[in-house]
Amino acid sequence: MFVEQDLQALWLSLKLASLTTLILLLLGTPLAWWLARSRWRYRFVLEALVALPLVLPPTVLGFYLLVALGPEGPVGQLMQSLGGGPLAFTFAGLVVGSVLYSLPFVVQPLQNAFQSIGQRPMEVAATLGASPMDRFFSVALPLARPGFLTAAVLGFAHTLGEFGVVLMIGGNIPGRTQVISIAIYDHVEALEYGSAHGIAAGLLLFSFVLLLAVYGLNRRWSGAASWR
Amino acid sequence: MAVEARLSLVRESFSLAVEFTLPGRGVTALFGPSGCGKTSLLRTLAGLEPQARGYLKVGDAIWQDGAFSLPPHRRSLGYVFQEPSLFAHLNVRRNIEYGLRRLPRHAERPSLERAVALLGLEKLLERKPHQLSGGEQQRVAIARALAVNPAMLLLDEPLAALDEARKAEILPWLETLHRALAIPVLYVSHSRDEVARLADYLLLLEEGRLRAAGPVDQLFARLDLPLAHQPDAETIIQGRVAGHDPEYELSWLDFSGGRFLLARNHLPEGSPVRLQVKANDVSITLARQQDTSILNIFPAVVEALAEDDKAKVMVRLMLGKQPLLCRVTRKSAADLELVPGKKVFVQVKSVALLL
Repeated sequence: MFVEQDLQALWLSLKLASLTTLILLLLGTPLAWWLARSRWRYRFVLEALVALPLVLPPTVLGFYLLVALGPEGPVGQLMQSLGGGPLAFTFAGLVVGSVLYSLPFVVQPLQNAFQSIGQRPMEVAATLGASPMDRFFSVALPLARPGFLTAAVLGFAHTLGEFGVVLMIGGNIPGRTQVISIAIYDHVEALEYGSAHGIAAGLLLFSFVLLLAVYGLNRRWSGAASWR
Repeated sequence: MAVEARLSLVRESFSLAVEFTLPGRGVTALFGPSGCGKTSLLRTLAGLEPQARGYLKVGDAIWQDGAFSLPPHRRSLGYVFQEPSLFAHLNVRRNIEYGLRRLPRHAERPSLERAVALLGLEKLLERKPHQLSGGEQQRVAIARALAVNPAMLLLDEPLAALDEARKAEILPWLETLHRALAIPVLYVSHSRDEVARLADYLLLLEEGRLRAAGPVDQLFARLDLPLAHQPDAETIIQGRVAGHDPEYELSWLDFSGGRFLLARNHLPEGSPVRLQVKANDVSITLARQQDTSILNIFPAVVEALAEDDKAKVMVRLMLGKQPLLCRVTRKSAADLELVPGKKVFVQVKSVALLL
């Protein structure tokens, strides 16, 4: 019984983390590119906003999301006027929350990667006839490859470990919004330390192996791709 | 395919305003002290400085006219930066092909092989940039710029980041290019020696303004320019191999003011050569010396004198139409009563063959 619910929670967590990472890579890439290139004088305001989830208690973020996404909130009202239901306590709501919560973990590595490429390779590509879009895909993206790996893994792992935000906006509905970190919490509350151990140790091992792979790959790539 | 430029670029602490035309082929050196705007001018020509204004026409194409500026990727140019700046994720072949693959459909397809052969890269094609030496990387960068058959080639101190050995490795390639290319080449340099060896024309920049422009041999011999007052000031003389003297192992080289005798070279008769005479290796006599070991003695007319430092004077002489610089002490100038128009003889102690 418990085992099946745990598997459900694990599946939900993996689904949530994958979807969140995918959305963040799609949205975060142009944002990070813009942050890395822009000379707008108020760029720092946007950078501070992106970094906010790093320091904000997850419950604060979760609380405001709950207010915004709930039936009385602006997003909730909008959803209802479009014929949908409110996002609070749904999987879609979890995705929205996770995207915001993991944003800096994806955008910052990407921004750093783009910045470290510098202007020169892009200028070289321009003098060789590549349009701005072409330069981005043929030069910036491949050179930023280590940054993408880091961003994807950090975004994924950070979403997997999410707790506070999920609890606030998703509640704890098995099969719909109960994620793996909350399942562990439930086991501990019920004094089922054995089950908690099983999941916790699994997560620990998984995270370590993931990071090991990232650092190992990045080392290989940076050896082969040093500029000049 | 001539170049017509009237360009300005204003930055906070620096402004550039130049006007010049360049012939359709040949190497033009952009020369001047660091910070004079050489690189900025090159970047402006390439369209990499969005704030630049003015007019630029290369061949039949307008690249800039007032606020209109053709973006860099639409300009048919090759640009070699100071550092090789190869794409680290692509091997040598793919680096060179990068521009080729992006040529407009109707453009004539130049061959990769020509650029590769011109710079001797046949054996390096499958290597990654980090497996190459600095000199090899720079050669790849030059080949990459050339491969697209550009209407203009811009070289920003391509040798600056290299040590002497690597420079010596690349210079011969550049000299080959100089003879092989039928496009204008702009070459930024602050090394007078490179300019003397490679350039046909010279744009002399000072604080963002054009101080002088013209053929290298003429500008090197102008007393009003700082070039003629450097410690190793020199005259460049364009000549032609007239023949060889097998008995004494010497070569005759004709120029507009006479014939030089030089240690024998192996160039075929009639080949154009460039000679370098240091101002310190020239002396002046009032009568033709008979009992001297110096072979190269020419009648000349003093054209002008300019103070060099407290003790020295730079004398500009004319050997027919060929100017020649000679550095003498102020005392010698006074003793020989050197004044413009005076007929003298010059003794050239040594001549170097540049190419």
